[in-house]
Amino acid sequence: MPMSVTVSNLPAAVSSAAGHSRPVGATTEPRWVRAVLIGVAVAFLGLFLLVPLLAVFVQAFEKGAPAFFRALWDPDSRSAVGLTLLTAAVTVPLSTIFGLVAAWAIGKFHFRGKNVLLTLIDLPFSVSPVIAGLIFVLIFSGTHGWLGPSLEHWGIKIIFAVPGIIIVTMFVTAPFVARELIPLMQAQGTEEEEAARVLGASGWQTFWRVTLPNVKWALLYGIILCNARAMGEFGAVSVVSGHIRGRTNTMPLHVECLYNGSGADSGPAAAFAVASLLAVLAMLTLVLKSYLEWKTARQLARAGDCPDSRPNESGTVALETTGRRDATEEKSP
Amino acid sequence: MAISLTRRSVLPGFGLTMGFTLLYLSFLVLIPLGGLFVAAAAGSWEEFAEAVTSPRALASYRLTFGAALIGATVNAVFGFVVAWVLVRYSFPGRKILDAIVDLPFALPTAVSGIALTVVYGESGWLGRWLEPLGIQVVNAPLGVMVALTFIGLPFVVRTLQPALEDLDPEIEEAAASLGASRWQAFWRVIFPTVLPALLTGFALAFARALGEYGSVIFIAGTSQSTEITSLLMMIKILEPDLVGATAIAVTMLLASFVLLLLINVLQWWSRRYA
Repeated sequence: MPMSVTVSNLPAAVSSAAGHSRPVGATTEPRWVRAVLIGVAVAFLGLFLLVPLLAVFVQAFEKGAPAFFRALWDPDSRSAVGLTLLTAAVTVPLSTIFGLVAAWAIGKFHFRGKNVLLTLIDLPFSVSPVIAGLIFVLIFSGTHGWLGPSLEHWGIKIIFAVPGIIIVTMFVTAPFVARELIPLMQAQGTEEEEAARVLGASGWQTFWRVTLPNVKWALLYGIILCNARAMGEFGAVSVVSGHIRGRTNTMPLHVECLYNGSGADSGPAAAFAVASLLAVLAMLTLVLKSYLEWKTARQLARAGDCPDSRPNESGTVALETTGRRDATEEKSP
Repeated sequence: MAISLTRRSVLPGFGLTMGFTLLYLSFLVLIPLGGLFVAAAAGSWEEFAEAVTSPRALASYRLTFGAALIGATVNAVFGFVVAWVLVRYSFPGRKILDAIVDLPFALPTAVSGIALTVVYGESGWLGRWLEPLGIQVVNAPLGVMVALTFIGLPFVVRTLQPALEDLDPEIEEAAASLGASRWQAFWRVIFPTVLPALLTGFALAFARALGEYGSVIFIAGTSQSTEITSLLMMIKILEPDLVGATAIAVTMLLASFVLLLLINVLQWWSRRYA
């Protein structure tokens, strides 16, 4: 590719104006167009995303710091935090195990119907949260469900109780880890694992010492997104919880209860106090996500550099990084 | 590739992991979802048709689909600008801007909902400027559109970014060297190349908006004119009118499956022509 070589050899002053190593002049916009576009993007994201985020914290402290802490220390708030932590503590490991197992089966083996299975794994993403709640009400509701009445006969309550909250959260979080791991494990191929097996490692050793270290950043990425959803899910949990304060209210549900003002110590300020905890969680998630994206991009680039690796069959866009393309171009003169 | 496509593998555990995957998916996703269709089929056709086509349900579809369409369109326009700026230009704060795009994914929808309601309320930071202009957002259909735009934005930006990054600079250079203006190069060369990705992002944002609940209900309020389909289903579940809720749920689920199919076709198209 002689063209790109000449362009990248242009004086540094020219190429630095556009950032990266992109050629400028004929293939970029005039300075004023760039300024206007950046202005529009900043204004749009600022007004639409940053202003609401900021509002959460300002509203949380509207009645002063003592009221803020009083709202958080309220027994119902503490119980909501506890239930949210419990839900995440149960569902995140389960979704992680499912993701790892599914990624091993799909990423390391060839079989028919793989695309159908991938679609099924993604299914919870395309089901509305309210519908996700409804399907479990139809099964487990004590009065109308198929299994509910007999379970209740044995003293097991699922809807309007903690197990229901955990089951719907399992449903909505199921795809998170799997969909991060599958494309990466497909791209990495099986050569390293085969080498480990040939050298005498057991299947378990191969997984722990070869596969897992190769995907650790993507795994962490998936777990973090899964956790954010597990702690933040609202619609699906709302259907099955019954909103019993102090018992079946997770943090997002408690935010709703406080905001709608049912109770002595509630009102918007208290709702925003609890919401601010969730907003901090969201910001932490974003920071970790950006860091891990940088890490996984490097891991993917390395997977692409490996001369024996097969191209990614699912055609995931994330794989097509410039680093990888450059590497393949160098190899084919 | 054919050489490495061996049926037998030296790696162990296929049966076990595949079995577990199928079992987990069946019990958690497939059987419960299938149950919804069984429940819908168990009722009478008249009941089903009445629930799905009642004036209240029809009004909720109009609002939900209309607001989702407008939200996705706003996102397609501004999301394109955002993705373009993030991929092509370097400026202070670009990394932060890039990270903040995912906020609607990361922020629990209930928190987004109350935050938007306060910001666009009569005395809110943005609402107080809109109020004198006679623009009411909270407790109005416009609020539904605002919330659906908020939650759909990441889909458009994150689908467009890789497509813009993958653009080969050489085709733009070729266009320029053949005498195309920058505007012509954009409309005739760049835009058609990333159009499939833009449409995919649009469809993803639209699909997400159809099922959205948490971020909408606070800003939309409880009047009939702002009742989205998700809220109508929720009301029917609490009544409890499970037959009606199930009928509407099946209808919405089928709509989102059709969209999913469309998105897959779009992605296939974008892989083929991008």
